[in-house]
Amino acid sequence: MPTIIKIENLKREFVVGSEIVRALKGVSYDIEQGEFVSIMGTSGSGKSTMLNILGCLDKPTSGEYYIDNIAVSKLSKDELAFVRNRKIGFVFQSYNLLPRTSALEQVELPLLYNKTISAKERRERAVYALEQVGLQERMGHMPNQLSGGQQQRVAIARAIVNDPVILLADEATGNLDTRTSYEIMSLFQKLHAEGKSIVFVTHEPDIAVFTSRTIMLRDGRVTKDVPVETKSAKEALDALPPSEDYN
Amino acid sequence: MNFSNLFKIAYQAILRNKTRSLLTMLGIIIGISSVIAMVSLGQSSSQNINDQISTMGTNLIMVSRAYQRKGGINMGNSNSQSLTVKDVELIKANCKNVAMISPSVSTSGQLVRGANNWPGTMQGGSPEYIEIRKYELERGTNFTENDIKEFRKVCIVGTTVVENLFDDGTDPIGQEIRFGNTPFKIIGVLASKGQNQMGQDQDDIVIAPYSTVMKRLLATQYLHMIYISAVSEDACDKAVEEITSTLMSSHKLKETDTPDFEVRTQAELLTMMNSVSGFLTVLLAAIASISLIVGGIGIMNIMYVTVTERTKEIGLRTAIGARSRDIMFQFLLESAMLSLVGGAIGIIFGLLLSYVISMALNWPFIISVSSVVISFVVCAATGIFFGWYPAKKAANLDPITALRYE
Ligand SMILES: Nc1ncnc2c1ncn2[C@@H]1O[C@H](COP(=O)(O)OP(=O)(O)O)[C@@H](O)[C@H]1O
Ligand SMILES: [Mg+2]
Repeated sequence: MPTIIKIENLKREFVVGSEIVRALKGVSYDIEQGEFVSIMGTSGSGKSTMLNILGCLDKPTSGEYYIDNIAVSKLSKDELAFVRNRKIGFVFQSYNLLPRTSALEQVELPLLYNKTISAKERRERAVYALEQVGLQERMGHMPNQLSGGQQQRVAIARAIVNDPVILLADEATGNLDTRTSYEIMSLFQKLHAEGKSIVFVTHEPDIAVFTSRTIMLRDGRVTKDVPVETKSAKEALDALPPSEDYN
Repeated sequence: MNFSNLFKIAYQAILRNKTRSLLTMLGIIIGISSVIAMVSLGQSSSQNINDQISTMGTNLIMVSRAYQRKGGINMGNSNSQSLTVKDVELIKANCKNVAMISPSVSTSGQLVRGANNWPGTMQGGSPEYIEIRKYELERGTNFTENDIKEFRKVCIVGTTVVENLFDDGTDPIGQEIRFGNTPFKIIGVLASKGQNQMGQDQDDIVIAPYSTVMKRLLATQYLHMIYISAVSEDACDKAVEEITSTLMSSHKLKETDTPDFEVRTQAELLTMMNSVSGFLTVLLAAIASISLIVGGIGIMNIMYVTVTERTKEIGLRTAIGARSRDIMFQFLLESAMLSLVGGAIGIIFGLLLSYVISMALNWPFIISVSSVVISFVVCAATGIFFGWYPAKKAANLDPITALRYE
């Protein structure tokens, strides 16, 4: 499988007043196409900083980052925006849906920033993405008419609508109860099975078991990079005691 | 990023917040509609004044009695006894730039015809009075020098008087009406002239020989005014000089004395009224422009708050591939669209307002295309100018901080 992400000795330092906070202290790894990677670590270990750099929202202080063989550190701001629009799909902990905007319009949003896509194609792809996340019945719903799990599904549809090289999720199940978390993980596993490459940031070990490789961060360094014996989220869901339903 | 997508993004954002959008536009709506209404009404009123004054005749010269002072006591002008029939004769004989002249005396009283009566004004004049004041005889005849010499009780009436004293279809010519206790025979009817610029009905008039009015109604030797028509518009100023010097010598006044009469031309009146209404138009437009600026600041204010409120949205748009230029244009376009739509509504309101007011005041309704075009351009410029700062602020937000913003 071709390498889609390659990072070499990546460092990120923040200047806070007179102090320098070293969030990443030289991180290197490759991710191949079709991988489902979890990035784990305690709070403050540098996971979000890592993901923001992978998502081209932030630039490393030093080190190299290649996505799809593009050297990101050499790109201008506008070129970074282009990479985010065409090659990356973001899923956030707090969904980040626009208020008073229908599910369909939310999902169309990334394609509005791509002028090569016609209105007709935009609509078709948004509908298809919503079908993939199982929300074909909810296209006209506003965020306040959807449950947390459904809102996160809309966000996932929005992240895959541009057919990204990599799907990035930062604590995507952090706001959800166990059952809904498993449902979302089951959806990620389905997308993975269909060929999507995914980087999933989480601090919960029982979520990381649904991925196929874990990179452990501590204090801005990789302490472990191991394959995972993947558990099926669907089976875990079936095994949940019904008593948790009320949550 | 093509324009139609940007447009879609901006109007979706506007529609998402209908109430706020409407409130944002309110300032612009008020600003534009008041500018349009003020300019339109200003133009209507000066057009109206011009129309009215030109129907009165631009050659018109009016001689009236001046305030009289006796031993420092202001006697007022209505008691002044300075103008006489002899003055009229002298002007007629000496002033070659004078074409027509008519003494003027008037008194008001009750007009009675059978069971009908109507409060009216009896205007005394010479046979030339009608032409000088730009009236026209619709039917019947004018009175003559003979009628004046013999103090005949004949009169010419305006249409309002006819309507109020006679039943429909009755021919007033040859009929008799009474003014107080004095009977007058109607010999002519004036064509309708409508209202003057002060809103007075010019058809509510009865004209009779001045001698009759002076002797039989007022028992006076003195005139109230003298109406004169110069030979041409250009001759007005010369005529005024001739009249002034004739009256000065007739009243035995030295050049240094204060005249006991006033000579005014219609042209002076026109200039004066135009300058007043022109000044008012500028003043009102200036006030209205201030409200337009306030409207613009309103847009800036709300857009500025909006940017803070929509920090997360801006972060998200950046994350999914919007360039800072796209964010900037979105906010700029939002404020431009708000002010243009507000401007369009304001123009409609403004036109409606000026239409209603000019109809109510019986003024001509004038839409100045330039004021509409200028307002619209000003609107767009306001939106862009006042939208610039908030848009810049939005575009410069750091996406990571923006995404974390709660
Ligand atoms: N914008 C920033 N300015 C200063 N320090 C920051 C900034 N972002 C992150 N950090 C610091 O970098 C470290 C890693 O943060 P983060 O990547 O958010 O951790 P995690 O997502 O694993 O909880 C923390 O010590 C945090 O305080
Ligand atoms: Mg984090």
